[in-house]
Amino acid sequence: MTDPATSGRADAIRVDGLRVVRGGHEVLRGVSLGVDQGAVTGLLGPSGCGKTTLMRSIVGVQIVAGGTVSVLGLPAGSVELRRRIGYVTQAPSVYGDLTVLENLRYFARIVDVGRDRVDEVLGTVGLDGFEARLTASLSGGERARVSLASALLGRPELLVLDEPTVGLDPVLRADLWRTFHALAADGATLLISSHVMDEAAECDDLLLMRNGALLEQVTPSELRRQTGRDDLADAFLAVIETASDGSDG
Amino acid sequence: MSPRITLATAERVLRQIRHDPRTIALLLAVPAVLLVLLRYVFDGRPQVFQSIGAPLCGLFPFIVMFLITSITMLRERTTGTLERLMTLPLAKLDLLVGYGIAFGALAAAQAAVVCVVGFVFLGLNAPHGAWLVALLAIGNALLGMALGLFVSAFAATEFQAVQFMPALIFPQLLLCGLFVDRADMASVLYAISWALPLTYAYDALAHATSPGPLGARLAVDALVVVGCTLAALGLGAVTLRRRTA
Repeated sequence: MTDPATSGRADAIRVDGLRVVRGGHEVLRGVSLGVDQGAVTGLLGPSGCGKTTLMRSIVGVQIVAGGTVSVLGLPAGSVELRRRIGYVTQAPSVYGDLTVLENLRYFARIVDVGRDRVDEVLGTVGLDGFEARLTASLSGGERARVSLASALLGRPELLVLDEPTVGLDPVLRADLWRTFHALAADGATLLISSHVMDEAAECDDLLLMRNGALLEQVTPSELRRQTGRDDLADAFLAVIETASDGSDG
Repeated sequence: MSPRITLATAERVLRQIRHDPRTIALLLAVPAVLLVLLRYVFDGRPQVFQSIGAPLCGLFPFIVMFLITSITMLRERTTGTLERLMTLPLAKLDLLVGYGIAFGALAAAQAAVVCVVGFVFLGLNAPHGAWLVALLAIGNALLGMALGLFVSAFAATEFQAVQFMPALIFPQLLLCGLFVDRADMASVLYAISWALPLTYAYDALAHATSPGPLGARLAVDALVVVGCTLAALGLGAVTLRRRTA
């Protein structure tokens, strides 16, 4: 478990007893966690376990039923946070009927950065030369990178990325993880969700979720040691088994 | 609200439309073609063409902008771009006014084309000047835009959004006095027509396209149209939620 007192780092995100109800169904059932500043934290769990809802609560676009969420020391959804958080939804949220450059220039003007920054983020996500392409004509992975680039423009202190590597080829995926680590090295905090356990090894810290609850918050090495499994997917399964044993008994 | 973001939004909307030349062509040509059609439908009754065709020049942009805005905003909601914008330092007014500027500009182009065709080539009369009709057309377009923005919140799909046109616009067209004098309608309909914004939009156009003093009536009509536009924009702003379920 991450304890801010012992880790010596401040919490970028602090969630306490978060409950979210959607359509009469409790999607998040009292989730509490802390995310270290300057770390890459992986949010892992099967599809439908509440990862996206948790992320939406953190960026302040989710109606919550209970609990508190504070981000960079402010209540989630505060006006001041809109300049400091970058959020990338799972489905690329960019304008298909604009070119890549037009998309980025629009978002650049909203966060008030110049053309040079647009060129910079295009390089970061490996989309040099794509400026004049119509976004709708790009492949799914390329569109996802336009969406990611848009979120990077304002150099946000916190990046919340919902499954950013889905559907990408392995080379590109490795490139993006290098980018994420570089951003963290520059002081940014990253919360990245994934349902692929092999990405867990890339993270400094892991949040394991299932059925709207947080099973555990551990580092990858701790998880391996605790469960005695080298493969993180096996280790996650072991955690789930332990958790259900605990609730049955 | 920031002028930088408002203008960026207006420019973005116009750029989106620019990538769709067929929409621009339809936008500019369809009202003019319909007006030509109307001219020859009423070939033997030019006075009817004058009484319907002339005000219609100022009503086309209302209908078209209602439809275009409701679909554009619906797309913004369904593709997740609205959610992204809501996490960014963009005020709701930046978005609403940005849309207003973009669609206002588009309406101006549309009104210019249809007015030139109607008042120059088809011989319609505008005793107070065709520019007044064009100006009223832009105002009506903004009213259509504001209504479209508002109702887009109640449409889950583009099919639904399209249906809002016959549901909300056609009755107003029938009751506004364009086809039949309101005084000749059933008294219930006559009473209802007072509560519909298009009645005032039409009344202003009817005065602008017939001889006689414009007077205070036009001012009242214009005021009601502006008031309804602002009210619809306000309601539209309420439907733009930063937090959703």
